[in-house]
Amino acid sequence: MSDHNSNTMNLTLQVWRQKGPNAPGKLETYEAKHVSPDMSFLEMLDEVNETLIKKGVDPIAFDHDCREGICGMCSQVVNGVPHGGQDRTTVCQLHMRSFKDGDTIFIEPWRARAFPVIKDLAVDRSALDTIIQAGGYVSCHTGGVADGNAILIPKPEADYAMDAAECIGCGACVAGCPNGSAMLFTSAKVAQLAVLPQGKAEAATRVNAMTEALKECGFGNCTNHYECQASCPKGINVKFIAKLNREYLKAIAN
Amino acid sequence: MQILKSAVGRKVLMAITGQSMVLFAVVHMLGNSSIFVGPDGINAYAKHLHDLGALVWLFRAGLFALAAIHIFYAIQLTLENSAANPAGYAVKKQIKATFASSTMIWTGVVIMAFIVYHLLHFTARLTPGVVQGVDALGRFDVFTMVVSAFKNFGTSAIYVIAMAALFLHLSHGIQSFFQTMGWNTDKTQCTISAIGKAVAFILLAGYVVIPLSILASALIK
Repeated sequence: MSDHNSNTMNLTLQVWRQKGPNAPGKLETYEAKHVSPDMSFLEMLDEVNETLIKKGVDPIAFDHDCREGICGMCSQVVNGVPHGGQDRTTVCQLHMRSFKDGDTIFIEPWRARAFPVIKDLAVDRSALDTIIQAGGYVSCHTGGVADGNAILIPKPEADYAMDAAECIGCGACVAGCPNGSAMLFTSAKVAQLAVLPQGKAEAATRVNAMTEALKECGFGNCTNHYECQASCPKGINVKFIAKLNREYLKAIAN
Repeated sequence: MQILKSAVGRKVLMAITGQSMVLFAVVHMLGNSSIFVGPDGINAYAKHLHDLGALVWLFRAGLFALAAIHIFYAIQLTLENSAANPAGYAVKKQIKATFASSTMIWTGVVIMAFIVYHLLHFTARLTPGVVQGVDALGRFDVFTMVVSAFKNFGTSAIYVIAMAALFLHLSHGIQSFFQTMGWNTDKTQCTISAIGKAVAFILLAGYVVIPLSILASALIK
């Protein structure tokens, strides 16, 4: 491919660089040259890192794993929107054709007190695991693999639970929330389990434990901005937060 | 008590106290509309209310409690939320959050300041220039007090600005109540949001029509 390929673009990146959790960070400017529109956003960053390594500069640290939009590792706020703002798309599945030659792109880490920066764009999201550990499970003896039809679940409830289970735990809801709240994440698990027969038994203790863990981890409170749903690469609906609230009130009543 | 510490419990308290005050605002607006009947309307209405005696004070105490709980948790939750999101983004776009949803604490402050002023103005009648008299039937003349007050542009402006803040506050707050109480699904969300804004607008219109029509001399015969 020649340097003057008319399809490629030259971009200016403003990337958050931070050496460690306690080091001060700042935006640094980098040039991304000859970027193919067919590249994914992370491939573009890989190329930039290649040039940085050749120059002896520390490459930009960022989280990634499957690069297929299903694992929930990638986590970048691109131009002020978690995952870059393409509908139901993780940043690894965002492609450079969404940008045009000469664009300046701001790339920042998830920002929330509960997500301390590890380095550059990589943040520590283990607080989400802490919330799951508090109650995002069904504590019954599972034995061997159960027969698929042993517990019958009506289709609408199965669909509802699957919609909630679509959450990949990337934390975009927290990154997008003006209050740094993980309520959408928490509600997806609460709702998924509360609607299934296996999860109903522990619904009350679960909602209390998980919302308590959410607070203990330093996440903010939900004030119904619905910015989480707009940020979610899986389109998790805020109806699950209403369901969590319902489950909470039911738990109080019982 | 767990509810007083919980992320969801305090939100529920905010929702219930807020919505109760919305109901009061609706009743208050309907009561105000008796001014369009003339002095006989609003003076009789005011006398009727004051004749309730101890009930009035019971009601006031209830309202005060609602406001106090709402304000206390509003401040506490807002402080917690800004602490949970300390380092701002260099660039941040709001996709779904609105001006109204982002300014709840500030529109709340405006409304609170207004309520203090409004109570000093028309309830305690301690602000300068309040016209106090009795009508032909010996009732306190609310009609003349209100009309003479709103002839002043500055006074009317304070009321209109405060009601604009109330509109913004409720355009987020009413729909938020239904979400918080768990009475929302993806199917009802749009409708509930629209109804919330409509109610907020009806309250705005119902309240500001009085100062505006007095300013426009519509009530002055």
